[in-house]
Amino acid sequence: MSLSALFRRETALAWGRGGGPLVTVGFYAGVATLLPLGIGPEPARLAAIATGAAWVALALASLLSLDRLFERDFEDGALDLLVLSPTPLELTCAVKCLGQWLATGAPLALAAPIAAISLGAPLELSGLILASALVGGLAFAFVGGVGAALSLGARRGGLLTAVIVLPLFVPPVIFGGGALSAFQSGLPWTAGFALLAAYAAAAVALGPIAMAGACRNALS
Amino acid sequence: MIDRLELAGLSIRRGARLLFEGVALTLGAGEACALTGANGAGKTSLLRAVAGLVRPEAGTVGFGAADPAEARGAGLHLVGHQDGLKPARTAAEELAFWSRWTGGADTALAEAVDALGLKTLLDLEVRRLSAGQRRRLALARLVAAPRPLWLLDEPLSPLDAAWREQFGALMSRHLAGGGLILAAVHDPLPIPAKALELTAPEVPA
Repeated sequence: MSLSALFRRETALAWGRGGGPLVTVGFYAGVATLLPLGIGPEPARLAAIATGAAWVALALASLLSLDRLFERDFEDGALDLLVLSPTPLELTCAVKCLGQWLATGAPLALAAPIAAISLGAPLELSGLILASALVGGLAFAFVGGVGAALSLGARRGGLLTAVIVLPLFVPPVIFGGGALSAFQSGLPWTAGFALLAAYAAAAVALGPIAMAGACRNALS
Repeated sequence: MIDRLELAGLSIRRGARLLFEGVALTLGAGEACALTGANGAGKTSLLRAVAGLVRPEAGTVGFGAADPAEARGAGLHLVGHQDGLKPARTAAEELAFWSRWTGGADTALAEAVDALGLKTLLDLEVRRLSAGQRRRLALARLVAAPRPLWLLDEPLSPLDAAWREQFGALMSRHLAGGGLILAAVHDPLPIPAKALELTAPEVPA
């Protein structure tokens, strides 16, 4: 019961703060617009990089709101109160990441096919892009949560989070990008997608343990 | 549940500085203790050590027969300057959430609103509350979700005289019901209480 209350609070806070997901989606749209400007306008060249560009931009946009996942609660004392509860801190962390995923990962996943197609990706790819972005977003949120918890209390924590988290984003970026380009060239794509899903599942299962440890350490 | 708090030989170090050492205290059901000391003497750290948020350098914190993890998870409230309230949420939303999180019932919620005079403030965002109103909102958790041990960090400082008196009455009622209170204060508590003063250990020359 208390976890569902926490989930509602987390999503309400994420949607409410500073424009919420709109800012993240706006950033995503900005990156996706900058790429063609830097690469050149030929449609053939753009189409070749469209899915990869949309996918990498998604990973970058997922970084944006991570610094707020634990930092606000750490600074205003809410984290103390969340710890002083019969609910295991691991579950609390997992619920916070799910809220993060719903508030930023899901809107980004909806924007991802649009960005890829406007860069020149084929229309039939949009289903797989949406699915990869949803599953990959889960991995980004939970792996990102570990980085956010580890950098609690550090000066310029947001930047530190990005530096910790980016290497951990490599596998999902490779697996997801691989599945998308395989699909595009008519090759079997399920292996890449399955690996992406496996990585997301591992992040969901193991991430909260690391987050809880990092939070306890930051408080003490 | 918690009917006893025992500190023995408690020492806490923050960074390179030993805040205090060898602190002992026993608090039984219905007893309160006023924790005093200069700024930076470690009052907040001691409260956080009792709550299990800070690891002591030496010594033990015991809760009588209760298991420490259980006692900390469901048996105590910590109310301090960092009150965990989000500025953009309304007082009602915050009170309802924290009451729920700490296992409070809906009937107790209404009682808490009355006890701390929050009725007219419920629809306001937390950022619109004054320091005293905000403290009352944080203190309402104590009533909304009854737990035996109250750890209070300067609970009275932002409150006006009338609310200090009111909160004193609330504390008396809590003690009469077998509760325990450990409060860090600069001014005397408005209820009979043991005293514990924290002093910095002497540094050998």
